[in-house]
Amino acid sequence: MTQSRIMPGFKPSLAYTLLYLALIVLIPLSTLVFKSLQLNLEDYWAIISHPRIIASFRVSFLTSLIASAVAGVFGFVIAWTMVRYNFIGKRFLDALIDLPFALPTAVAGVVLATIYQPSGLLGKWLIDSFGLKVAYTPVGIVIALIFVGIPFVVRTVEPVLQEFDTTMEEAAASLGASRWLIFARIIFPNIFPAVITGVSLAFARGVGEYGSVIFIAGNLPYVSEIVPLLIVTKLEQYDYAGATAIALTMLVISFVLLFLINLLQLWARRRSGQ
Amino acid sequence: MHAKVQLIGQVETQALYDPKWVRYSLIGIAVGFITLFLLSPLLLVLYQAFSKGLQAYWNALSEPDGLSALRLTLLVAVITVPMNTVFGVVAAWTITRFEFPGKNLLTTLIDLPFSVSPVISGLIFVLLFGAQGWFGEWLQAHDIKIIFAVPGIVLATIFITFPFVVRELIPLMQELGCEEEEAAISLGASGWQTFFFVTLPNIKWALLYGVLLCNARAMGEFGAVSVVSGHIRGMTNTLPLHIEVSYNEYDVIAAFASASVLAGLAIVTLVLKTFLEWKQSKAGFSS
Repeated sequence: MTQSRIMPGFKPSLAYTLLYLALIVLIPLSTLVFKSLQLNLEDYWAIISHPRIIASFRVSFLTSLIASAVAGVFGFVIAWTMVRYNFIGKRFLDALIDLPFALPTAVAGVVLATIYQPSGLLGKWLIDSFGLKVAYTPVGIVIALIFVGIPFVVRTVEPVLQEFDTTMEEAAASLGASRWLIFARIIFPNIFPAVITGVSLAFARGVGEYGSVIFIAGNLPYVSEIVPLLIVTKLEQYDYAGATAIALTMLVISFVLLFLINLLQLWARRRSGQ
Repeated sequence: MHAKVQLIGQVETQALYDPKWVRYSLIGIAVGFITLFLLSPLLLVLYQAFSKGLQAYWNALSEPDGLSALRLTLLVAVITVPMNTVFGVVAAWTITRFEFPGKNLLTTLIDLPFSVSPVISGLIFVLLFGAQGWFGEWLQAHDIKIIFAVPGIVLATIFITFPFVVRELIPLMQELGCEEEEAAISLGASGWQTFFFVTLPNIKWALLYGVLLCNARAMGEFGAVSVVSGHIRGMTNTLPLHIEVSYNEYDVIAAFASASVLAGLAIVTLVLKTFLEWKQSKAGFSS
């Protein structure tokens, strides 16, 4: 990057950037840390170890994990289809992939709940033919989180596939490799790190997701109650300490998991020799 | 001899393309998935909104609580978007045009709101300004309401949409470099002239793109706003909150009428986004 000595406005623009960042982001976020410092370890543990809270952590992290894995598989297939094949309506479908980014979560929430509720379009069919109840169960949460997560995977994998150097495929083909071998040994290992990045983005978003989940989840304690909802419940009871303790725990677990995912990604990159 | 060469050629091309059955089944899976998970929810919003006819749709939209929710949503966007746009441009200018220690840290901190759950984004403002918050007593003594009032909703929305504009500008401005701007300055242009006549034309499509995403999120934010709003009908309900309230009261038409407005916003956003991406890639090729 080029460094400039004659460009004007360094001091005022840096000052403005820092001031705005501090006022809007840093000071408000720091309240989380200060508030939790007021709790002693026993209080904290009493809040967190409540069975209902533990159950909600299990629901939140498990559903996000499953949903982001499913989004990873389908997101990869969609990205592959969009980059490698041509078919009618491709541009339209490609634009639709960003819908979960653009559609407000509350809208997604009520629509998904309407589709998958026992009397809904798909909900009725799934119950009648498979006995599968989606709405008001963890399955419903997974469905909502797949919806939210899919663009993260597709939009992360697409550019990497586009820039993927096909001469490697040609070299392998001229050496007699089959299509399957080329995919398994050359294409997939090179694309896999991007898939993991997409999955971890979807996962991170899924754990904190609120609007698109609460309508379809039914929010039954111990069964389909997610962590963000419990934070809201605590706040409605003016239990700021409880809300903060849960929020901080959620942030810490997410960061640890994302760190582990990053390690996995590093390992995948090393293996593919990037 | 000739036949053999041709045969090898055929084997090679076969190994370069997916077999037909693979191609068709993958396209089938992709199209099926997008139709089921993305297209059908979008269509269902419209179907539900108009299921009792146009008159019922119109009544639901023009009902006072719905109108006040729409007004509040627009007000929040009108305050939030310009503030974050100005910040985005200034921050991108600072980060891409100067070298200073702590730059990477600054870039990471700017992205922070993206990795925080919307509910937690609301919570931190309650901890600051709520009844038992840092400034709670002081605010009460001076009769200023932030939580369960419009200022809290605006603040939480600004926090949530904070990184959108900067994020679009930084990679582009980094790629553009500052030779053109330096040329303008050394020819005697002022800083503002350089920005408006050199920088702005170069970044306008990316800037609009960031503004578009920022606006969509500002109008649609639910979790953070829900925590700080207090759900006072006709007062602190934005459109997304109005959808929730109506839905929970089994007023399906009202919920989906409001939802259809926001879905319309999402469609407009997607169309403009596709257009801006096309513009930006064209601008990229020509320069």
